Amino acid sequence: MRFTLNGKARDVRAAPMKRLLDVLREECGLTGTKEGCGEGECGACTVIVDGLPVNSCLVPFAQARGSVVTTIEGLKGRHPLQDAFVVEGGAQCGICTPGMILAAAALPRNASLEEIRTGLAGNICRCTGYMAIYRAVKKASARPPARRRR
Amino acid sequence: MASVGRSVPRKEGRDKVTGRALYVDDLAFPGMLHGRTVRSTIPRGEILGLRLDFDRTGFTVADWHDVPGRNTVALIELDQPCLAEREIRHFAEPILLLAHQDREKLIEAERSTAIDYRSLDPIYDPARSPLCFKEISIDKGDLARGFAEADIVVEGEYSTGHQEQLYIETNGVIAVPENGGVTVYGSLQCPYYVHRALRVLLDLPDEKVRVVQTETGGGFGGKEEYPSMIAGHAALLALKSGRPVKLVYDRVEDMVATTKRHPAVIRHSTGVKRDGRLTAIEIDVLMDGGAYMTLSPVVLSRGVIHATGPYRCENVKVHGRVVMTNTPPNGAFRGFGAPQTQFAAEVHMERIAEALGMDAVRLREANAFRPGDTTATGQKLGKDCSAVKVLREAVKRSDFRAKRRAWRGTNRGIGLSLFFHGSGFTGGGEVKLASKASLELTETGARILVASTEIGQGTRTMHAQIVADSLGIPYENVEVEAADTAKVPDSGPTVASRTCMVVGRILERCAAEIRQKLGKMSPREYLAAHGPLVVTKEYAGPDGLYWDDDSYRGDAYGAYGWACDVVEVNRDPVTFEIRPTRVTTVQEIGKAIHPILASGQIEGGTAQGIGYALLEEVAMRDGRMDNAQLTNYLVPTTLDTPEIDVTILENPYEHGPYGAKGVGEMPIDGPAPAVVNAIRSLGFDVRSIPATPERIMESSTFQVPSSKS
Repeated sequence: MRFTLNGKARDVRAAPMKRLLDVLREECGLTGTKEGCGEGECGACTVIVDGLPVNSCLVPFAQARGSVVTTIEGLKGRHPLQDAFVVEGGAQCGICTPGMILAAAALPRNASLEEIRTGLAGNICRCTGYMAIYRAVKKASARPPARRRR
Repeated sequence: MASVGRSVPRKEGRDKVTGRALYVDDLAFPGMLHGRTVRSTIPRGEILGLRLDFDRTGFTVADWHDVPGRNTVALIELDQPCLAEREIRHFAEPILLLAHQDREKLIEAERSTAIDYRSLDPIYDPARSPLCFKEISIDKGDLARGFAEADIVVEGEYSTGHQEQLYIETNGVIAVPENGGVTVYGSLQCPYYVHRALRVLLDLPDEKVRVVQTETGGGFGGKEEYPSMIAGHAALLALKSGRPVKLVYDRVEDMVATTKRHPAVIRHSTGVKRDGRLTAIEIDVLMDGGAYMTLSPVVLSRGVIHATGPYRCENVKVHGRVVMTNTPPNGAFRGFGAPQTQFAAEVHMERIAEALGMDAVRLREANAFRPGDTTATGQKLGKDCSAVKVLREAVKRSDFRAKRRAWRGTNRGIGLSLFFHGSGFTGGGEVKLASKASLELTETGARILVASTEIGQGTRTMHAQIVADSLGIPYENVEVEAADTAKVPDSGPTVASRTCMVVGRILERCAAEIRQKLGKMSPREYLAAHGPLVVTKEYAGPDGLYWDDDSYRGDAYGAYGWACDVVEVNRDPVTFEIRPTRVTTVQEIGKAIHPILASGQIEGGTAQGIGYALLEEVAMRDGRMDNAQLTNYLVPTTLDTPEIDVTILENPYEHGPYGAKGVGEMPIDGPAPAVVNAIRSLGFDVRSIPATPERIMESSTFQVPSSKS
């Protein structure tokens, strides 16, 4: 089945009802996407599908046909959020971090604190109490647009 | 430039934000099988027989007969079997292990496995338990005289529920048979706990067992003792099949089967003078240990030592028991007994203020520990005692008094809690542990060799800062070896707020010796001239630290952190839902080696405490967790977590590295009583947590007295 993964066309053979999460981790070898609960509550498995953050544990692979999927590996370590999460302490144990960063990447630019809180409400972090995550998101969106576009 | 006190980049930070960090489920080995655990479906009884109604081709099946050594999870007492033989003491007790290459086949096989039981009547009420795991009494002064001196006596009973650690990465390990023994890779806090448990279970010598921590997605105590169990299961399957076996729990299994915070019932009886001075404190603590002992005696110990709260009183009696019930064993969880007992202490303090018609701050200030005061165990507090300081600072920063006055009679409430937390193992624990840490000279700096694990709190980073400054080299030149029992000495478990204060101190001493050996030479010059250099040091307690375990007298901890929380809430008048809107917390931790990491501990622990106070309820029905999924076991999301305003105060502890004390656990002690005291300020007599809307609705209401300040 064809879809676009991190900017490249891929053709992957997998059972249509296999979870997108498992296809990414097992068939594509991209283990940056994590499983936290398997029921769409924690957001650790968040990936971006056609521009929107989704819980990849709830998506059967068949639904990804023809889609554009971005995982944490697709940010190539160059997204401003990634630096900001390191600097501000937004990642502690790190297991929610890939999903959190992808959910944050889908927020509108210069989001207000309330927009950040609402936008990240589907991503549970048990370590930080979220404060450092808000600081990281704010810091990343305060970056000059020239660097953001890279 | 010195790195201590600066927020340098976290050692593994880049790996965590790019997805490169490898957690146990991200690893695979050639020929690897998946494992699954078949568990009891009754809370108490006897196994009569097992029926395996599936084609065994390709399966490895193991039960207790396959244990080469002792069938136990070796910890304090060897009472818990690794696999049940005949007796069943709790729901979800492991009985049978299955391994297969295909996970789907495992699930089908589990469904086709039946266990025949003879059921017995379970015991769920701790007060009726026939088995006490541990009983502790602390006695100070003359209780009868203290009560005789009192103008009034205030009594009360308080209760706290289970709490699930809810690390986002579930428990998991991979066992690989190799070199005539086994290597276990896993998500865990204490490599040497697992190492010992495997030696006993498998009857293997030291060198045939190797335990390697993989990047760990949160612990909070939930990966302190439980990994010894799951590692044993994976190892049994690996040794029987001759192949690597991965055993990673799904969320439901993790919640149903693994340890939780001990529920507790705590009774207070306090004698107090009209002026607010405490003359007698009598406390009874009853904790539910669940089916096996695990770490219950030590949890009780920390609980009773902290039970008075940070208040001076000449006449104290604390009596505690932790007992068996037919529920899954409870175990370590951040705070380790102290959140339960300090919840009771601080809600009781609020009730004393109400009974006296006294200002809640003034009552606490009058009784808070000062340097030179003695605790319940008779420990004389040093000049790093900061109880009054944190109280005053939090009251000022939050504008507590003005808000309490202004919000009277509205649906807005405000409450506070004053609390403390001992750093390191309790009593003689650190002496018994005799932890070792090593430092190895490298061409450009040094490599840290410790078994202390990075579980999110920043162990690698903070240790590297201490070593860098002690050697006078850049932070970047300090490497940290993996927590691998084949490579690092036993620096003790990563628990008890000890990793910075205790292990960091040993590393500081290692670095001092290396620096002295180097003299004016660079590391490269030294290595060329003298060859490899590794310095190992063992824990050496401060002189004069004294503890007597029989009388429970002496210095319970090397140092204490001090903190005060103020929580502001809104009550929905229709649904009775309490929404916390702001937390002001002031915490004195000796020295913040890394301010962002330290704040992260405080903010994260505070959020967990808010969950404990309001949301997190384990619905235990017929001995089974009935809400074992994230859909209905609720932990704070962004929308449930209020703004947390953190102030760190530094009052150095002379025996901590750069003055540091522990920081990891203390933040979870304070939020629950502050939340409940805020609810009390609205006139609801809540005495148990979580304070769900149902509990608040069912609580009696009272007229909040206007206090004289």
